[in-house]
Amino acid sequence: MNLEKVVFGFFIMLAATLNFGFFVGDIDDPAHHDVYELFAALVVSVIATLLKLGDRTQIGAVHLATSLVADLQLIAAAMVWGYASHVSAGGLDAEMTARIVSLSGGALFANVVSVVILISETILQRR
Amino acid sequence: MLRSATRHQSVFFLILRRMRTPLILLVASMAISVLGLTLMPGVGEDGQPRRLGFFEAFYFVSYTATTIGFGEIPHAFSPQQRLWVIFTIYLSVVGWTYTLGSLIGLLSDRNLRQAIALERFARAVRHLHEPFYLVCGYGETGRLICRALDQMGRRAVVVEIDETRVAEIDLHAHRADIPAVAADAGRPEILQLAGLIHRDCAGVIALTNDDQTNLAIAIAARLLAPQIPALCRAERREVAANMASFGTRHIINPFERFGETLGLALRTPSAWMLLRWLTGFRYSRQTTGSTPPRGRWIVCGHGRFAAGLIDVMDDEALEITIIDPDPPDEIDHRWVVGDATGELALLRAGVREADGIIAGTNSDLDNLSIVVTARELNPALFVIVRQNRYANRDLFTVLNAEISVVPSEVIANECLSILATPLFLPFKRAVRAADEAWCALQLERLTRLMGEERPEIWGVKIVRDEAQALARWLDEGREVRVGELLRSPADRRTPLACAVLYLQRADGETLPMPADDTLLRRGDQLLLASAADCRQALELTLANDHTLTYLMTGEEISGGRLWRILAGKRKGLAAARS
Repeated sequence: MNLEKVVFGFFIMLAATLNFGFFVGDIDDPAHHDVYELFAALVVSVIATLLKLGDRTQIGAVHLATSLVADLQLIAAAMVWGYASHVSAGGLDAEMTARIVSLSGGALFANVVSVVILISETILQRR
Repeated sequence: MLRSATRHQSVFFLILRRMRTPLILLVASMAISVLGLTLMPGVGEDGQPRRLGFFEAFYFVSYTATTIGFGEIPHAFSPQQRLWVIFTIYLSVVGWTYTLGSLIGLLSDRNLRQAIALERFARAVRHLHEPFYLVCGYGETGRLICRALDQMGRRAVVVEIDETRVAEIDLHAHRADIPAVAADAGRPEILQLAGLIHRDCAGVIALTNDDQTNLAIAIAARLLAPQIPALCRAERREVAANMASFGTRHIINPFERFGETLGLALRTPSAWMLLRWLTGFRYSRQTTGSTPPRGRWIVCGHGRFAAGLIDVMDDEALEITIIDPDPPDEIDHRWVVGDATGELALLRAGVREADGIIAGTNSDLDNLSIVVTARELNPALFVIVRQNRYANRDLFTVLNAEISVVPSEVIANECLSILATPLFLPFKRAVRAADEAWCALQLERLTRLMGEERPEIWGVKIVRDEAQALARWLDEGREVRVGELLRSPADRRTPLACAVLYLQRADGETLPMPADDTLLRRGDQLLLASAADCRQALELTLANDHTLTYLMTGEEISGGRLWRILAGKRKGLAAARS
């Protein structure tokens, strides 16, 4: 067992699970979506991206790409949240919540792909 | 190419990978700070409990961590928040310092800087869109060649192992930019990055000081780019033989090359004088007697240079005395053991009775000293001196020896004549094979025609691209003779100070010094010699229909199509009237 691999797998899984946790619930109900969970999802996703840096293989490149997509989506979601709660006159209403959650849904898809790659890579490995 | 190119593109990823840990720490410290700040209880302006949102917390941590410090925004902090901010400040300062320190350390890393320089070099080479020469080794010879290539308007790419010499390239004023890298040219991947398999690579020139490196370059060139001509310097015979064994086209051994030249000078002095004049020495009728005498010679030094000369002189059955401090076990010449710079050794070698002396040690100062001492003892000596360093040329110019041999110049001249005028080599071979009478005749004829200064040597191929008018003229089925072409465009009765040295037909037939009535054909390659200002005149004739027509027929034709039609009408009218 390799500690580096454990950490790597842990962060990828955690990014996906946190993202999922934030995503589930009614899409336009602010009560179902906790901002702390979004924050955690974003931070873990960025750390997962950094962990993937510098791998020169093809699979490493796809890993990095999916992670970058997830980051982008989550950062967009966080920015919409910031706009909704501090700038917009209506505050965090149903419409804004729907936007944030749908963006995080996109990130969730990227994270799922990341997990699929992780699993398939593990299965392909014969050792 | 692809593999090595992608490997060097990934320098960027290399940096990212080395920055992975600092960046993760930075992100983690920021995340902890922001999270903690949102959790700390605070008090709003209205006295109600109020926490900071993520937005405000991120804003605050961003300006605090980067030491900008706007103060407590949006309102004064509670003691709990301040406590957390103290923690945040120390955490983030450590995070940022560590990240920046790692980045700076990484950028000043020698290996990384080399990798970046190599990548930049490879990109510069990839983006070359004109023919270029790959020059390996930027010593004296490489410098001479790069300068000459630059003057000829050709591009060069340099690979040199010594960093200070690479830095010198920028200091020497070249017209075109010369991409250069400090790397070992003996490594095939370096050669590939330097454009060995680039579609515009016109030739590889291996000039490093190390024969083994030159050999490695020759092998790489032969295997990776067999269609590209490779010019390789080889100073040891076994290396030269090795290069020849796998088909390296041009092997240049400066010492052997000079040995051949000396042999030629002894056998057929006129051929020697002719080639010497054509390759850049002023010819003067007064000094025609200054060919190496067939008599008693003293050879000082017994290195590679002298050994080659001794072989040649043995072939010519000259009497030789060698002065060298350590003789080999088997001595087959008269040998004086001693230091040739001293009067004693020279006298013991019989300097007063000798006809010539060769100062051929590998130290320039010794050679200078030998020549000065020997001349004092016998002013009539014919002096051949070896100049090892081009930088000492001023001293050797003052010495005014009959022949000075500069190995770096020998190699550079050879390379340039191969590159610029490929026909010069077969011409040289033809002259070497010719007899004394023929050479003397040609030397006399050419120097009467062109004067004593060094003529310009150039080549032209009779095809549309290079000699448009002449090629068209020949296509129309008309005949052109060599003698008709070499006339002044101003007045066709005056001959140009210009001569065809060598003619090679498209079918491989060759004619050294073709006679004036030789017919030219499409696809012929000509090697021409011309006095300084005549090349332009001849080039005009070759390219311009009007000039060519005038030279061939004596008629001035009208300029454009319209004028030609009008001229035709006028001729018709005149004919009708008469």
